Amino acid sequence: MITNRSFMLRLALYSLLRRRSRLLAALVGVALGAVVLLGMITLCHDLPKQFRDEFRAYGANLALAGLGAERLSLADLAKAKALLPPDKLVGLAPFRYESVRNRLRPYVAVGTDFSEARKTSPFWRVTGEWPDEPGELLVGADIALNTDLKEGSFATIDGRNSRQSRYAKDFRVVGTLATGGVEDGFLFMALADMEAMTGEGEVADLAEASLTLKANDLKAAAALIREKVPKVEARLVSRVADSEANALAKLTYLVYLVTAVVLGLTMICVATTMMTVVLERRREIGLKKALGAENWRVGREFFFEGALIGLFGGFLGSLGGLAFARAVAQSVFGRALFPHLYLIPLTMAVMTAVTIVACRAPVRRAAAVEPALVLKGE
Amino acid sequence: MELILEIKEVSKIYGSVVALNNLTLNVPQGQWLAIMGPSGSGKTTLMNIVGCLDSPTEGQVTLDGLNLGTLSLAGLTAIRRESIGLIFQEFHLISYLTALENVMVAQYYHSLVDEGEALEALARVGLRDRAKHLPKQLSGGEQQRVCVARALINHPKLILADEPTGNLDETNERLVMDILHGLHDQGSSIVVVTHAQEVAAHAERVIYLEHGRLVRDSQNDSLSEEDARKEPGQADVRVV
Ligand SMILES: Nc1ncnc2c1ncn2[C@@H]1O[C@H](COP(=O)(O)OP(=O)(O)OP(=O)(O)O)[C@@H](O)[C@H]1O
Ligand SMILES: [Mg+2]
Repeated sequence: MITNRSFMLRLALYSLLRRRSRLLAALVGVALGAVVLLGMITLCHDLPKQFRDEFRAYGANLALAGLGAERLSLADLAKAKALLPPDKLVGLAPFRYESVRNRLRPYVAVGTDFSEARKTSPFWRVTGEWPDEPGELLVGADIALNTDLKEGSFATIDGRNSRQSRYAKDFRVVGTLATGGVEDGFLFMALADMEAMTGEGEVADLAEASLTLKANDLKAAAALIREKVPKVEARLVSRVADSEANALAKLTYLVYLVTAVVLGLTMICVATTMMTVVLERRREIGLKKALGAENWRVGREFFFEGALIGLFGGFLGSLGGLAFARAVAQSVFGRALFPHLYLIPLTMAVMTAVTIVACRAPVRRAAAVEPALVLKGE
Repeated sequence: MELILEIKEVSKIYGSVVALNNLTLNVPQGQWLAIMGPSGSGKTTLMNIVGCLDSPTEGQVTLDGLNLGTLSLAGLTAIRRESIGLIFQEFHLISYLTALENVMVAQYYHSLVDEGEALEALARVGLRDRAKHLPKQLSGGEQQRVCVARALINHPKLILADEPTGNLDETNERLVMDILHGLHDQGSSIVVVTHAQEVAAHAERVIYLEHGRLVRDSQNDSLSEEDARKEPGQADVRVV
């Protein structure tokens, strides 16, 4: 049973489907707009978030050390840590350096807390495994390259402690660390292993903290530590990544601007196409008016056709936009992107709004059509 | 006798062109009137004014008892919708709609679509089996019959046809005239503009326009035969 409502839908659909060329032009415009809109939103929303997560941990931003030539006692470090806001603390890794030997060759061994170090130094790339059991050793990439200390090999590390008594301990190499920095020349072991090996504990040389604090709050935190734990020197570490994050924020702004421009162009494209459509169909408009259609009904039909173009073009464009964003994320930024499906209806809604606004001028033109003139038949 | 149309001292002036010049004409309910006259004599202009698509520069038009001059644009639109059926020389079918849908468009703007009724109207013009065809799949005569079906679907009191057979061959002309006769027999008032004597001969009354003036009225011809009581006979007109 055909009702007036379904007949209106039929009018709009047939007008679009049986007059394909114009529809296609408008549809392509809308779809491209939607591709840019959804693609950019996804990229600008997701990538900076990913980057921020990474940047936040990109190296530590607070370094703690003993005052002057003093080593840093773990008790003081715990006191200092207690002064930091726990919900802003991404990680706090102690580092203790000892001169050691393996087969008579000298090395620098670093004792640390691997789980914390992973958080404060996310740029550490480990092949093989991270040590997580006693007696496991991580070797710098340069060492692995030039000596027998490679993943899977066994090594006896020996040396003298501060009281000049000798020590030695067996380790198994479980992984190789590459940072491109000095770390590539060090041996890494758990702090507990180092304490057991040397027979001396409770000290470190350095601790690095990563905090999600703004520069001012970070300064305040460092000052608080210096005040409350006088034996600890707290310094801010400037993060290269901060400026990169800023650059990205600016880029995001730019991309939103470009998106707005593209939406504007889409609107113009739809408006000119619909204007052409109104001119092409002025006989039909005149006829409808001659049959007794009020201006608002003729206008509503155009808005409706526009909305259908917006919805359908928006849908097609959304799919394209998701593919586009994934491709860009993959090829330009080298990371996977998870599509947010709710963006599809959102994009469709935006594109529908865009086409409806774009139809305003054409609808005014349609309202001005004089049936007596256009039906004359010239 | 009740009048469907009362045209009183109507003029239409386009800039320097006087398309209608002080025209007065009364059309009784149920009459079939033909308008003839040379090109540019104002026939279409008159039809547009009667069809509420245009308004006169001067004078008064009363359609079915309503003074059109007092109506707003919306009011004129409503009259077009409710009381008038238009038949065009150029058919003016919507190209992307089937014959059936083209008829239903008139229902849609009038009140409610009714597929069954629309099919009946098509059957009435002999196009029941072409209902699903697009205009481009129909001959000119068939298209004109769809146009007629669209004009009659809402049972208008007045049917206005401007050169309805101008683009048709004799066979189709006869088909269309037969349909108009059917409508006339049911009481519709009909105004047909035509250049063709054969088409005008179907009407009860023929008027002639020249330079926007009524120069001859077949009704007065018969009256001028000095017999005021004699009704304008069809036979008289057909001789014209
Ligand atoms: N919109 C308009 N603007 C200016 N002049 C017009 C307009 N419409 C009609 N005219 C003029 O009014 C006069 C009457 O035109 P109309 O169309 O009524 O003639 P017609 O009798 O229908 O002629 P035809 O037999 O060729 O269709 C003509 O001189 C025409 O040029
Ligand atoms: Mg004409």
